[in-house]
Amino acid sequence: MSINLQVTAAGSRENRLGSITGYSGDLHDLVQQTRCGTLKEKERCFSQSSSCDAGCALSQLASITDVAVINHAPAGCTAGASTVMVHHTQLAAKRGVAYDTVFLGTDMDESDTIFGAVTGLKEIIIETYKRYKPQAIFVGTSCVSGIIGEDVDSVISELQAELPIPLAPVHCEGFKSRVWASGFDAADHAVLTSIVKPPKKKSNTVNFKNFNESARKEIIEIFSNFGVEPFFLYANSTVEELTHLSEGLATVSICGTLGTYLGNGLEQEYGVPYVKTINPLGIAGFETWLREIGRVIGKPTEVEAYIEQERAFYLPKIEAVKKELQGLRAVLGMGASFAFQVSRVLQELGIEVVWVASWHFDAKYDNGETPPYLEHLIQQNPNNLKVSVSDQQNFEILNILHTHKPDIYLARHPGTTVWAIKQGIAALFLGDEYKTFGYRGTLDFANTILDTIRNRSFEKNLAARITLPYSDWWYKQDNATFLKEEAK
Amino acid sequence: MPKLLDQPRYKCAMAAMQTVQAIDKALPILHSGPGCADKLQGGNYGGSGHFAPRIFPCTNLNEKDVVFGGTERLRETIENALKVINADMYVVLSSCSSEIIGDDMEEVIRSFKNAEKPVIFASTAGFKGNNFLGHEWVVQAIIEQYLRPAAQKKKGLVNIWAGVPQHDPFWQGNLDQLEGLLAQLGLTANTIFGYARGIKNIDRIPEAEFNLLVSPWVGLTNVKLLQEKFGTPYLHLPTLPIGAFETSKFLRAVGDFAGVDNQKLEELITENERKYYYYIERFADVFLETRVMSKRFAVVSDAQYSLAITKFLVNDVGLFPSKQYITDNTPAEYQEQIRKEFKILNYGIEAEVAFLSDGHLIQNEINDTYFTGYPLIIGSSWEKKIAQKTQAHYLAVSWPVNERLVINSSYVGYGGGLKLLEDIYSVVLTRFN
Repeated sequence: MSINLQVTAAGSRENRLGSITGYSGDLHDLVQQTRCGTLKEKERCFSQSSSCDAGCALSQLASITDVAVINHAPAGCTAGASTVMVHHTQLAAKRGVAYDTVFLGTDMDESDTIFGAVTGLKEIIIETYKRYKPQAIFVGTSCVSGIIGEDVDSVISELQAELPIPLAPVHCEGFKSRVWASGFDAADHAVLTSIVKPPKKKSNTVNFKNFNESARKEIIEIFSNFGVEPFFLYANSTVEELTHLSEGLATVSICGTLGTYLGNGLEQEYGVPYVKTINPLGIAGFETWLREIGRVIGKPTEVEAYIEQERAFYLPKIEAVKKELQGLRAVLGMGASFAFQVSRVLQELGIEVVWVASWHFDAKYDNGETPPYLEHLIQQNPNNLKVSVSDQQNFEILNILHTHKPDIYLARHPGTTVWAIKQGIAALFLGDEYKTFGYRGTLDFANTILDTIRNRSFEKNLAARITLPYSDWWYKQDNATFLKEEAK
Repeated sequence: MPKLLDQPRYKCAMAAMQTVQAIDKALPILHSGPGCADKLQGGNYGGSGHFAPRIFPCTNLNEKDVVFGGTERLRETIENALKVINADMYVVLSSCSSEIIGDDMEEVIRSFKNAEKPVIFASTAGFKGNNFLGHEWVVQAIIEQYLRPAAQKKKGLVNIWAGVPQHDPFWQGNLDQLEGLLAQLGLTANTIFGYARGIKNIDRIPEAEFNLLVSPWVGLTNVKLLQEKFGTPYLHLPTLPIGAFETSKFLRAVGDFAGVDNQKLEELITENERKYYYYIERFADVFLETRVMSKRFAVVSDAQYSLAITKFLVNDVGLFPSKQYITDNTPAEYQEQIRKEFKILNYGIEAEVAFLSDGHLIQNEINDTYFTGYPLIIGSSWEKKIAQKTQAHYLAVSWPVNERLVINSSYVGYGGGLKLLEDIYSVVLTRFN
């Protein structure tokens, strides 16, 4: 199924990509079921608080530097406004650019749930425009606005005639998807439908989808070897810059989960090639990705020369640290793309991957193909891997860690690594999406793992003095005990 | 009517999950969508304790539940929570979604009446009110559904109720200091939030000789309910005591109410003030002779800190109040009484106060105010921008506080006043003129 930009909502990944959040088994079974189309969601009869798509959708859009994001929701849904704005103010300050975006809410109350709030919403949008003169306004929907049936789309289309800037609804009702990455798609859908304009010329830039551009300088330098420039989004991008996404030479992404909707959408609508290889994590990922970029932009020779030069510098260093990592065992819990790809990097470094916990799983991407990291793992990886899919269900993770007692637990989401160390297991937080990027990232990653497992004072000190929240009974059960057998 | 929530300074009622979380071994169970707790938790507020949002059982309501109802999801979630997670008390909280779809949660909770551990319920739908009210509703649920009358009252035992746990970054430190002040009076403090309190202290609530509420308005309905239910009288002190003036006043008020010997009380205050002014004397040169420190200040915070800091800066430090702002959506019935408090300041000084939560309007007013020198602005992370614009000295003390880490420090008491001066002057001393 192709991306439909004629409607106002991207739809959930469950509906669009066959994504699931409940599974326990192994890599071979998962791939087999994916290929046969027999993979089904398994519900849980016990679950813990997770995340929703609205968080991803609205914070992605709020990372653009000159917009207003209005969350049509009760106050609690906008509680993260300050965290999001401080985060992006800090990113902008690092670059020395302005961050003028505002993240607002509509503070819906009880009477709004009875009488509706579209009239008030309309006034709020107008007032927001008067106060801040943003270059675009995005209006997010919520559980409440969704359940009471607020017609946000009509408000937006009515107001579009009155206000001189793009307005777009962002459909991210929290109950509609268990896959918070659906929010990335909701944000991309809003950008594709309201901001991006048809190309006037071809530019010399590669659209680079990422989160926080920590490797910005490094990537500008790498791309300069091929005579092209990266354009990073959405952090520190402006509405005007985003209108030109259709003019890019290609689109690449640091993460397959993050890039699928925008990358495939730009390819489908404007013919901008989306680089669909495995992502540039670890050596195999980096080289595969660079070679495909070289092919797409017509610079294969330059890419090979660059690879040769960098290999000469980094590979001996990586080989040296690999010797010290031999025999280590790891468990990891991350979003789908990172979970399977960091597993690949760990194995490149000679670390045994004992368990992969993926926060969700996409049976396919928006081009209709199975995510490439799966094929790569199946072909390149002699071992089968134990795999579970769980939307950060902590009780399952701690059960797995208790059973397998790895040397290290790796995770990318706030609020997860701390529980491994409470259980006395060394943990590494990979918040930075560039932590395993390219040769340099792979070397730094290896060194950091080594530093982490060589000094376990922090976790040992803590674990010795606290109790864990789970019952002994639970630690004796299988991690999949609460997955229901029947499909939804 | 919806209203423009520009720079949120309060969350929704379900943020009272943090009130539950602050009770040792009490576990919130959320009948909500998957993202509520994640959004309400925020960043660096000490959220990775024994129980944390990633541990909270949650029905993670989806589209099917919204259409067909979620009561069975709730029932199985509670049942399994009792098996999987060790807690002393399970507090089920409702959300916007579960209330709008009309789930009969009380019925589900009733079926756990004979569970091994108490299972109680608080209605905390986000659209019903903000987190200050949600905090009261959780305490109310504990009083109504869990507490039983005590066989007898215990002389000298005092329940203390103060700031909202976790939303107030200083809640734990402040409670510790208030307990210490009561200990000085020979009283035994009983608090239910924070380190090593928990259910055993909740059980003692009905035994108390009186309830002490140190807060402008939050918690007033709770102490009134305790009076009604257990006949426990209460003492309501609206001002959180910061520095010598208010702390001495606090000790006298509590001492008088508890019948502490007057001479002992005065000796105690004299000694505390001597020590406090020993430090003030040593650092008075800094306070007086730092040329960039001017006299006018504005506090933009909840009723608790706006009132407490205004009293401290006027009565202890000799500064002069500009207009003050209260951003917590204080219910209308409390506003007049709080306004009056801002008029009881030394030398007949009266501070104008606005009950206003729209940050844009507040900051426009501050921008248009003539401060006679660098303003001192005390508020939240939202005030950073206007502070930069007006070249103010600026300190974030109330939610949201993003760029500062508070573990267990406190502004309460004599020492708390000194701590606030340390923090203010650590900002002021970063420039010469």
